Amino acid sequence: MSKLNVGETYEIDINNSNQAFILSAELRSKAAQIIASTDFPTTKTEAWKYTRVTKIKNTKFKILADFPLWRGIKGEESSNQIDKFLIPNLSGSVIVFVNGLFSSELSTIEAENGLEILPLNQDNTFKKDLGKLIPLENEIFYSLNTFYAQDGIAIRIAKNTQLKQTIQLIFISSGENTYIGNRNVIRCEDFSKAHITMNYVSLDNELAFNNTITEISVGSNAHLSVDKIQQESESMNSIISEFVQQEKDSTFSINTFTLGGDLVRNNLNIDVNGQNCETYLSGAYILKSKQHVDNHTIVDHKVAYCESNELYKGVIDDQATAVFNGKVFVRKDAQKINAFQSNGNILLSNTATINSKPELEIYADDVKCSHGSTTGQLDEEAIFYLKSRGISYKTAKKMIVGAFLEDVIKRVSNEHVQLYVNSLTNNSLKV
Amino acid sequence: MMLKIKNLHVSIDGKEILKGLNLEINPGEVHAIMGPNGAGKSTLASVLAGREEYEISDGTVDFDGKDLLELSTEDRAREGLFLAFQYPIEIPGVSNIQFLRTALNEIREYRGQEQISAKDFMALVREKSKIVELDSKLASRSVNEGFSGGEKKRNEIFQMAMIDPKLAILDETDSGLDIDALRIVANGVNKLKSKENATIVITHYQRLLDYIIPDFVHVLYNGKIVKTGPKELALELEERGYDWIKEELGMEN
Ligand SMILES: Nc1ncnc2c1ncn2[C@@H]1O[C@H](COP(=O)(O)OP(=O)(O)OP(=O)(O)O)[C@@H](O)[C@H]1O
Ligand SMILES: [Mg+2]
Repeated sequence: MSKLNVGETYEIDINNSNQAFILSAELRSKAAQIIASTDFPTTKTEAWKYTRVTKIKNTKFKILADFPLWRGIKGEESSNQIDKFLIPNLSGSVIVFVNGLFSSELSTIEAENGLEILPLNQDNTFKKDLGKLIPLENEIFYSLNTFYAQDGIAIRIAKNTQLKQTIQLIFISSGENTYIGNRNVIRCEDFSKAHITMNYVSLDNELAFNNTITEISVGSNAHLSVDKIQQESESMNSIISEFVQQEKDSTFSINTFTLGGDLVRNNLNIDVNGQNCETYLSGAYILKSKQHVDNHTIVDHKVAYCESNELYKGVIDDQATAVFNGKVFVRKDAQKINAFQSNGNILLSNTATINSKPELEIYADDVKCSHGSTTGQLDEEAIFYLKSRGISYKTAKKMIVGAFLEDVIKRVSNEHVQLYVNSLTNNSLKV
Repeated sequence: MMLKIKNLHVSIDGKEILKGLNLEINPGEVHAIMGPNGAGKSTLASVLAGREEYEISDGTVDFDGKDLLELSTEDRAREGLFLAFQYPIEIPGVSNIQFLRTALNEIREYRGQEQISAKDFMALVREKSKIVELDSKLASRSVNEGFSGGEKKRNEIFQMAMIDPKLAILDETDSGLDIDALRIVANGVNKLKSKENATIVITHYQRLLDYIIPDFVHVLYNGKIVKTGPKELALELEERGYDWIKEELGMEN
């Protein structure tokens, strides 16, 4: 097979690629069959009801095996270029991927006891289990990722290891019509603790498509927190998915900040397999022009005595659209679950749209679950009050929106990351 | 002259509220405005502060040589106009302190002055919160959030003290205050009084004017100032209500 046609126009030239693929031949052939026989989702597909993927479907994306643009940002000059993507004052390893491939020139790995970091195409241990829990049937994007994934990061935090430093992952997209599809794996073994940032950024790109999957496991009594920061260019299409397995007594938290991108879909799938787990999913988005951002979360409480807490907030301007679809399952024997879900939005224009759909599916009887969503406008009375004290409209708006998003931003526990996110959200507020 | 309002006509949603209002205020003066509910007192205050939903169909307002109606709300504040709100707004998540520091710095920037240092700012907060006996805890909470009615009013005067305006308009700052709080707020206002600044006190109750002694008392009725007198006029209004004025003016009830 040298060319793969999907739908009418989707075509990826794999002959052009001299990279090894990282998923097993078996999974890749299954994925290939699904790609060949599955249509792209339409708004009739329940999980894609509010999000159209026509643009992704109708664009010919290229897998750039021989990265001309990647070369372009190698060496001394490139390190300056990526400086702006570093979180100020944050120490620890910095791992950089450019268009889906690991860049050793741009990365610095700081050794810590019990920490293992390596790109997946140089690995032989992690690959074995890769993809086992990722559904492929009817899932064209997961199948595309499975088929084409060439690289990704593998991080293992060994049992009893409490990492002192943050691991900073930077995913750069660059060039025209580029298809990027990393497969990452993060393994937090029992009694370990880690903090990871995933920063999705762009450098001179046009209409690229990032279809990345990260497989995460949080062992028993382990603590993992992830800050996912999306600030890609305004022509970027991104479908970024995390699959998380939580074992007993573990804590997993993820904070998603979406500021950039044209079409962004975040799929968060959390399987809570063990008792006494805590799960925190938070997100903030600031959208303008015609941005479309869809946060799709699934928390599956399979066992008893767990708590999940979900807080998403956004500010939507111009003709932008936000979608929040948060689903919580509480399985039959999963008693004493506390599940809390909340989505709040401020619409800054008459043409901005929010589709908010918090959902609970509960099969146990002794649970505490609540969900809610609110939508409002900017409080003009509050703005007037601030202006009447000499504060400009611009500053007043920033203060009020900032206050609205603050409880999400405060969930970032690392102070440097929190400051970074704060300044990004401040800058992305249009005035 | 600090403020000169001439023939001000204002309407909202097609309904005329102010119908040719005139008022002149000099530095150092305290003016009380009284009048029945719905007469247009808060409308006047709002229009002066720059609230946008009002339509100004006629008239001029000169503030220290500037055409006030041409200025944005924030520029009016930066020029020295301050409104203590009848109903102060709660702004969850925005701290009182951060908000005031931003306000002071934007005012200073407008005036070409340097930003206030953190140290000087905190010293100022300490000094000014004493004037209205505002609990220092309140200063660091979110703007008015969960404040009692009296605390909100005190916070308005605290802000006034921090900003040090040329012209302060107090819209029913006394309403809802118990007698102790009233005394504290009124003393605060008096302490801030100087030869250079002026105050407009909108009130229904003469008891406030026992503490803040006005130079003039105006009666705002049906969109106009219909009577102006010395401080004794307030006593008379409290005793006799507004009907006698209507009669005096030959108006219908
Ligand atoms: N948005 C609005 N639409 C229509 N009428 C309004 C609006 N806002 C105020 N009014 C009317 O304008 C008139 C003047 O109101 P204003 O608040 O200025 O009175 P006031 O003198 O301050 O009264 P009070 O003593 O009760 O505070 C009232 O009749 C009020 O109903
Ligand atoms: Mg009023």
